[in-house]
Amino acid sequence: MKLVTAVIKPFKLDEVREALSAIGVQGITVTEVKGFGRQKGHTELYRGAEYVVDFLPKVKIEAAIKSDMLDRVIEAIEKAANTGKIGDGKIFVFELEQVVRIRTGETGADAL
Amino acid sequence: MKQLFALIASVGILIGALGISTTVVAQDKAATPAATAPATATPAPAPAATPPAAAPAADAKAEPPKADAPAAAPAAPTAPVLVGADKINSGDTAWMLSSVALVLLMTIPGLALFYGGMVRKKNVLATLMQSFAITCLITILWVIAGYSLAFMPGGSFIGSLDRLFLNGMLFQKDAAKLTVSHLGVTIPESVYVMFQATFAIITPALIAGAFAERMKFSAMLWFIGLWSILVYSPIAHMMWEPTGYFAAMGVLDFAGGTVVHINAGIAGLVCALVLGKRIGYGKESMMPHNLTLTLIGASLLWVGWFGFNAGSAVAADGRAGMAMLVTQLATAVAAMSWMFAEWMVKGKPSVLGIASGAVAGLVAITPASGFVGVTGAFVIGIAAGVICFWAATSLKRMMGYDDSLDAFGVHCIGGITGAILTGVFNVKEISGADASVMTQVYAVLATLVYSGGVSFILLKVIDMVVGLRVSEEEEREGLDVSLHGERVE
Repeated sequence: MKLVTAVIKPFKLDEVREALSAIGVQGITVTEVKGFGRQKGHTELYRGAEYVVDFLPKVKIEAAIKSDMLDRVIEAIEKAANTGKIGDGKIFVFELEQVVRIRTGETGADAL
Repeated sequence: MKQLFALIASVGILIGALGISTTVVAQDKAATPAATAPATATPAPAPAATPPAAAPAADAKAEPPKADAPAAAPAAPTAPVLVGADKINSGDTAWMLSSVALVLLMTIPGLALFYGGMVRKKNVLATLMQSFAITCLITILWVIAGYSLAFMPGGSFIGSLDRLFLNGMLFQKDAAKLTVSHLGVTIPESVYVMFQATFAIITPALIAGAFAERMKFSAMLWFIGLWSILVYSPIAHMMWEPTGYFAAMGVLDFAGGTVVHINAGIAGLVCALVLGKRIGYGKESMMPHNLTLTLIGASLLWVGWFGFNAGSAVAADGRAGMAMLVTQLATAVAAMSWMFAEWMVKGKPSVLGIASGAVAGLVAITPASGFVGVTGAFVIGIAAGVICFWAATSLKRMMGYDDSLDAFGVHCIGGITGAILTGVFNVKEISGADASVMTQVYAVLATLVYSGGVSFILLKVIDMVVGLRVSEEEEREGLDVSLHGERVE
């Protein structure tokens, strides 16, 4: 099993959710986050006063999946979240040791 | 407690100031027949016969102040007089009663919301509180001494103490007599006192835009109270009381471009410089927390301004109508010109931009409103929008001061624009007076120097005695919690 975490542009969330549902991902967790990447933030000007935008708002999604789905999941997220512009985000993949469905006590791939 | 101290202190200081002013009076006294053109011997009920409210009645010099001058004086009064109740024009009085309500609406809640929406959320209550507390403080000071110092005949620079605690302002029901101000002979003096009180209230409240989000509440009360007595009353006297220095020069300021806006705006700049920048200015975002409040506030200012400008005719007459018309026009034009300027330069027409543009237009048309026609209103509107946009963005950035809510950029710069253009676009047919750009400029410079100078001294003294700024911790936490123990959720 794998845990796929992706940080994406907030307005791309719906498209990514639809793309993941379409390939059979059963559930995702979404968190509003802030951060910076290679561009490090930038300076903006409002009413003559400068201010530094250190962290940009992003959305982080997490999906626990069977290992054989990994390539399709990565492809789906990559396609749906892509705008071709700076700040599209990143996908991180982790090994997932165990999953438990709390209601039934099922474990492993059955709990996904 | 501190309010009480402020009261006692300001009364003490004004008595000192008066000692100086009486010497000036002595040198300046020249008894000339006071009657100026349009004022007839018996103020007729027809509104057309009222003398112009503001500066144009100007070349009259003071007669010795006589609070209880006989009612049947043959010439136009040069001091408040006791008249029969039949001399009161009910149309004028009704309009001026309404104007009082309109102009008070400009400060609470108009200006309070306009400023309150522009600050960060942690400072919104403190900002609303400033406008409200200033309204109360100035009302009290105005009744005690402010009105008398501003609107009683006296020297060139300040009035007298003849109306201390409004002593001598009368209304006698059974005798059917009451006093009227020589600046508004068809309305009761009580209404004139109230009308001018609302001007005295909003002027220092405007300054709050420059020191928002960082000044101690106690220091704010001290500064505003002293400023009202030492700066507002003298400047109002110089401009509007016929014995005043600017009035005698023929300076035109219909509703307070110089007295209110330049006066408050330059004091604001001095506050911003003396207090220094807000913590994090230039690095952290200081964006307005709620522009809905700001837009409502700007709209209330706009509506209330009809009382301010059209009310400054002190009559329900043709001049009031013209003042209302050019006020509406110049405001709309300035809002659009700021909006388009911003759209071109920054790429987006912002809500704060159009609201600020409207206020800039209102400010700039203020000195001109009883004197110019439609052409003047157009040009003043365009100039105010573009120039104030530049001042609130580029100039502020270039000079590096933190005028939090652009009290200087909009009110001082807009006021100067209007004051000078009043000299250019004055229509003698409307104003009944000649104007000179050089005279206008002189009054602007004199006000900048006086208001700026006295504000600087006051701030330095208050800083030594009570301290001007909240601590860094209090500023970080927000003034709502640290100064008032309350917060909005």
